[in-house]
Amino acid sequence: MPDAATATVAPPRDATKEIGFGDAVREAIAEEMRRDPTVVLMGEDVAEAGTTFKVLKGLVEEFGPGRIIDTPISEVGFTGLCVGAAMTGMRPIADIMFGDFLMLVMDQIGNQAAKIHYMSGGKWNVPIVIRATMGATRRSAAQHSQSLHAWPSHIPGLKVVVPSTPYDAKGLFKAAVRDNNPVVFFEDKISYTKVKGLVPTEEYVIPLGVADVKREGSDITFIATSSMVQVALGAAAMLEEVGISAEVVDPRTTWPLDEETLINSVKKTSRCIVMDEGYGRYSVAAELAQTVQEGAFYDLDGPVRRLCAMHVPIPFSPALEDVTVPTEKQAFDLARQMCNR
Amino acid sequence: MTTATKMATDAAVQIGKEKLLRLYEQMIAIRLFEERVNDLYTRALMPGLAHLYIGEEAIAVGVCEALQPDDYITSTHRGHGHCLAKGASPPLMFAELLGKEAGYCKGKGGSMHIADPATGNLGANAIVCGSAGIATGAAYASKYLKNGRVAVCFFGEGALGQGILYEEMNLAQLWKLPVIFVCENNSYNEYTHFKEATAGDVAARPEAFGIATHTIDGQDVRTVYQTASRYIERARRGEGPAFLQCITYRYHGHHVGDIARAYYRPKAEEQEWVTQKDPITLHGQWLMDNRMADRATLDAIQEKLVKEMDAAVEFAVNAPYPDPSRVTEDIYA
Repeated sequence: MPDAATATVAPPRDATKEIGFGDAVREAIAEEMRRDPTVVLMGEDVAEAGTTFKVLKGLVEEFGPGRIIDTPISEVGFTGLCVGAAMTGMRPIADIMFGDFLMLVMDQIGNQAAKIHYMSGGKWNVPIVIRATMGATRRSAAQHSQSLHAWPSHIPGLKVVVPSTPYDAKGLFKAAVRDNNPVVFFEDKISYTKVKGLVPTEEYVIPLGVADVKREGSDITFIATSSMVQVALGAAAMLEEVGISAEVVDPRTTWPLDEETLINSVKKTSRCIVMDEGYGRYSVAAELAQTVQEGAFYDLDGPVRRLCAMHVPIPFSPALEDVTVPTEKQAFDLARQMCNR
Repeated sequence: MTTATKMATDAAVQIGKEKLLRLYEQMIAIRLFEERVNDLYTRALMPGLAHLYIGEEAIAVGVCEALQPDDYITSTHRGHGHCLAKGASPPLMFAELLGKEAGYCKGKGGSMHIADPATGNLGANAIVCGSAGIATGAAYASKYLKNGRVAVCFFGEGALGQGILYEEMNLAQLWKLPVIFVCENNSYNEYTHFKEATAGDVAARPEAFGIATHTIDGQDVRTVYQTASRYIERARRGEGPAFLQCITYRYHGHHVGDIARAYYRPKAEEQEWVTQKDPITLHGQWLMDNRMADRATLDAIQEKLVKEMDAAVEFAVNAPYPDPSRVTEDIYA
C-alpha cells in the first residue's frame, strides 16, 4: 500500500464542496449528460450496479437504462460500437472496468479510434471517451492491477488523462466528453476511496494539456501522475521537515503534454524525480524524464530519476504487492540523496 | 410460364427497368475502375497494395442500390467496389489510390481507407473485420437518434475468424440494431480455402444469435438487390439486424501481384467462375433476354464509362502530391 493514506489536496480558491474522487467523475458524467443528450455511457454492470466500484451509483435512476447502458461482458464489442456511434452523431463513454482489459480492445482504440480522423483526411471525427481504471495494492493480482496509460499515450490520435484529485477528475472529464477526439481517461482505483477534495459548486471545465503545480518548492521537482501525486505530496511534507523544499507538478494529461510547465519547474529547482505507477521501462515516466532532460539539461544538477512500478507482473500476496509500488519513503530517501541532505 | 420466366418477370416488375439498367451500369463502372487500378499498379504508378474487387461487383452494387444516400456502409481492404457503389467519385478515388492531395483522404488513407461522410461511407478498413464495431455503432446511433438510417457492414469470409464479429452480432441482435452484415464469401482467406479455416456452417453462426440469415448467389445482382432491399427495410422498421452470405469469387489474386495461384486454387475453378458466373455478363444477358436493353444500349453504357474512367485516371495521374508539411495535419480534430 502506498503510504499516501487519506490525502486532501489543497483546493482551488473557489472550491467549496468536498467530494470523493469517484464522486467527481460521477458528477462530471451527470452534468455532461444533462447538457448533451447525445452523451451515453455503456459498459459492464454500469447501470443498477453503478460499476463494480459503485462510482456511477444513481446515474441510471436519473438517465434511465437507455443512456446508462449495461452491456454483455464484451469489451471489444461495446468499445467498437462506441467508436461507430461516436462517428455518427453521439458522444459515447465506453466504460472499461479494469484498465487491464484495455489489452482486449487495443485494436478498436489504437487502430480504429485513434486513426480514423487522420486516415479519412480529417473528415470523420471520433468523440469517444474510454474510461478505464489503473493502480495496484487492491490485492487483485496481475490482471486487475496494472497502470497501462503508457499504451494509449504511445499512439498518435489519442488523448490521455491521468487525474489525481477530485477537482481535476471532474473538470478534465467534462473536457474529455466535449473533445472531438478519442480520449482515454484513467481513474486510480485507490483514489476512489482514499482521495477527497474540494470542488466548486458552479460548473467548470479544465482544458486538456495544462499541468498543475500541486505544491510549490525550490529544491527539487516531483513530476507525478495520478496515484503518485498523493505519494509525492506525502514525500514533500516529509522533506519539508528536513529542510528540503519540494515542488510537485502534475501533468494531468500525458497527451497533450504541457512540457513548458514541467521544464520551467525543473529549471527552477534543478533536480527532478518522475513518479508514475506504470512500469518504468519504455514508459510515461521515461517520456516525462526525457522531456525535462531535453528542456532543462543545463539547469540540472544531476540526472533525472524515476520511481515507477517494479518491473514484475503485479503479485497477489500483500507482502509481495506492496513492494512493487513507489512509496513516500522511497521518494523521500531519493530526494534527500539527490539534494545531498 | 416456366418458373424461370416467371421469376424474371417478377424481377422486372418489382425492380423496374431504370434500376435494372442502373445495376448494370454500376457493375460496369466498378469493373472498369478496377481494371484501371490493375493497370496503374502494374505500371508502378500506384504505391502500396491493390486488392481488386473484380468478380464480386454484384454484391456491392446490389446492396448499395438498396440503400438511401444517407445510410451508412463500412468497407474492407477490398473496398473500391463498395465505395463506388455507395456513390464515390472515381477521380477522387483514383487520386487517393495514387496518394494525391486531391484524393478522398488527402492521400493519407490510400486504397484501403477510402472514407467519405458525404456518401455515408464510414471507411474502408485494413484490419480484417475491423469495422464490425463501427457499423454496429452507426446502427446504434441511428436507432438512438431516430434518424431511420441503416448501416451495412461488408466483410469477406476471412472475417469469420475474428471474435469481434460475434460480439457485434450479439449486441446487434440483443438491441435490435439496424445493421446488415454482408459476408462476401469468395472462398479464399487470402491464400487459404475458407473450409480449411471455418468450422461448421457459416449461416449457423448468425442464426445462433437469432439473426435473420440468408445465403444467396452473390453473382446475381437482382437477387442481391431484392434480398438486401427486404432486409434493409426490415431493419429500418426496427425489426433488427440481418446477415447475408453472398457466394462469390474474386477473379484476380488476393492482391495485384498474387499471380501464381495454382498452389491454392485450380485454374479450372477460376475459369469456370469467369466464363459461367460473371455477374456483368449474366445480368447483361438477362437484360437483353427480357428486352430491357439491346447490345447497342449495353455497349453505349460501357463506352460512356470507359471515357469517364479514363478521364478520372488522367485527373489522378496529373494531380499533385500533398506537400510534405501536411503530414502532421489531421491527427487531431
